[in-house]
Amino acid sequence: MALAVLLLLAFAASLALGSRWLGPGALWHALTANNGSDADVIVRNLRFPRTVVAVLIGLCLGIAGTLMQGHTRNALAEPGIFGVSSGAAFAVVLGLQVGLVDSVSSTVWVALLGALIATFAVQRLAARGSGATPVGLALTGAAVAAMLGALTSAIVLLDANTLDSYRFWAVGSVAGRGLDVAGQVLPFVVIGLLLAAVNARDLDLLALGDDVAAGLGLPVRRARLVGLGAIGLLTAAGVAACGPIGFLGLLSGHVARRIFGARNTWLIPAAGLIGATALVLADLVGRLVGGAGEVQAGVVLGIVGAPMFVLVVRRRAVAL
Amino acid sequence: MRSRTVLLSVLFAALAVVIALVSLSVGTTKLPVADVLDVLLGGGRRGTRLVVLELRLPRVATGLLVGIAFAVSGALLQTLSRNPLASPDIVGVNSGASAGAVAVIVLAGTGGGNISGFAAQVGIPLAAVLGGLTATLIVGALSIRRGPGSTVDAGKVVLIGVGIAAAANSLVAWLLVIGDVNDAGRAAAWLAGSLNSRAWSDALPVLIAVVVLLPVAMMFNRDLSALVLGDDVASALGVRVARVRLALLVIATVLAAMATAGAGPIAFVALVAPQVAQRLTRMERPPLLTTAMLGALFVVLADLVARNGLQWAQVGPYELPVGVVTAACGAPYLLHLIGRQQKGR
Repeated sequence: MALAVLLLLAFAASLALGSRWLGPGALWHALTANNGSDADVIVRNLRFPRTVVAVLIGLCLGIAGTLMQGHTRNALAEPGIFGVSSGAAFAVVLGLQVGLVDSVSSTVWVALLGALIATFAVQRLAARGSGATPVGLALTGAAVAAMLGALTSAIVLLDANTLDSYRFWAVGSVAGRGLDVAGQVLPFVVIGLLLAAVNARDLDLLALGDDVAAGLGLPVRRARLVGLGAIGLLTAAGVAACGPIGFLGLLSGHVARRIFGARNTWLIPAAGLIGATALVLADLVGRLVGGAGEVQAGVVLGIVGAPMFVLVVRRRAVAL
Repeated sequence: MRSRTVLLSVLFAALAVVIALVSLSVGTTKLPVADVLDVLLGGGRRGTRLVVLELRLPRVATGLLVGIAFAVSGALLQTLSRNPLASPDIVGVNSGASAGAVAVIVLAGTGGGNISGFAAQVGIPLAAVLGGLTATLIVGALSIRRGPGSTVDAGKVVLIGVGIAAAANSLVAWLLVIGDVNDAGRAAAWLAGSLNSRAWSDALPVLIAVVVLLPVAMMFNRDLSALVLGDDVASALGVRVARVRLALLVIATVLAAMATAGAGPIAFVALVAPQVAQRLTRMERPPLLTTAMLGALFVVLADLVARNGLQWAQVGPYELPVGVVTAACGAPYLLHLIGRQQKGR
């Protein structure tokens, strides 16, 4: 409940604050009776759409990160760190180059494919030897991300036109993303969220260990696949709509775990709300500190998220 | 030094020179190697001299020097942290240096897509070194293990480095967005790790760094061998561990940062060259000189492929940045290393 209120407050603040402050009266007016005044236009056409997108994508990435943490039993799991976002980004750039991608919905499909392949590949590669350890997964993700990043930049550099749109997309931002973008990724988000909801209970069992979970009658393979699908869909929707936004999953997962403990049925929706709030706030902060320009939400989260990541690494004595 | 190490160093150096000569002779104007040699020895016709000395040699020379700098930096960091994964590109040094250099390219750029003069010759290397040092300091300070005999935790260095690198990368992405299109384009090309259109002014700072710091690093050879045995043993052998560690850390950072300033963060050279050199020489740690020669060989070879690969493959007249080739070859090797390290546990 408190989280929902917090999200509502962040939402309202995101509508009210910006290069121009708008009071509650002006906001109410804009949302209920549009008569085309400046304030109405700012709220209805600029601030409201991007805030909606921020809520939606924050929800997706928060839940995707928390699911990853649950499935890999790894405190560092995060779509950005584990190469999932790079996979989606690479697929999108490749799609742009060969002309496969021309609208947001085709972007989602391509991003989805990239995200799923990358998720699967990192998991498989890291699981060689003695199974996927936290450090092994993080490093494998970093390695895959580095390689995909190099290939992405190679494609981008061969075509000067792609670079200009790519650089705005690659930073991760909700600026200028309208309700049409939100609408186009919505089906993917809904399916992703449904899969996540189904998966949340299974995750509680999986946390006891695969053998115990199987003993309790859980089809382990299927539960893993459902989780993988949810992570892929949610991350792909996020990347397609806003570009690769890092650290959001890590942040939400850990904050939620702090407050709600380890029960996934509570943890996952809570992480979603926290992710949504965090992305709205990050966007807002970026708008406020930027002055004439603005700092993209992805950058704000990168700068806030990295210390958070370091904190997690230091707290848990991860041995290599 | 053992004879095997010497032999391999000479072999790699010779191979690097051969590849460099090949690289000088191929291109849009193909020249016989004999002509190239003639020019290098002071002869040749004016047109040939122009192509070789002004267009191709600065690029090849920058490649050789940058390869040496990255490789030695990697060897030092890997030895210091006793972790084969702790190369400057993994622990955030390159990302920090990139953030500094891109800041100069974007903020001092005039919008024409190139900056020159003082800002380019002094600004970029300086900003890169500052950025690299900042990243190193943060990673080092955060990964110190508390308690008696506070040492750097080798496992955490890598993980915290990954985090700091991610933060620096988002800073870089932001700088690219706020910049002019042409400046951003130049920065993006540079970020991939490229030797394209290098001039002597690009090679010079790297040359100075290598000439000054490589001998200094070599002076620590004995200390490095002692450090491999552990801090306790090393200090028992009379090594002032804390001081030596700090000095070598600074040398490694400056080398990587200068190389990054010269040619962008060429991926995986610093990771792979020391490991391969260590394997081949069968030593307990990466031998500095062999690693340096191998690094130079890697970069000129990768650049030769990057420059001509797509033509040879009949794809088209495109040149790739050298960093793409090193990443494509280096990433699988990194994955292999991770796999082996996990199996060893």
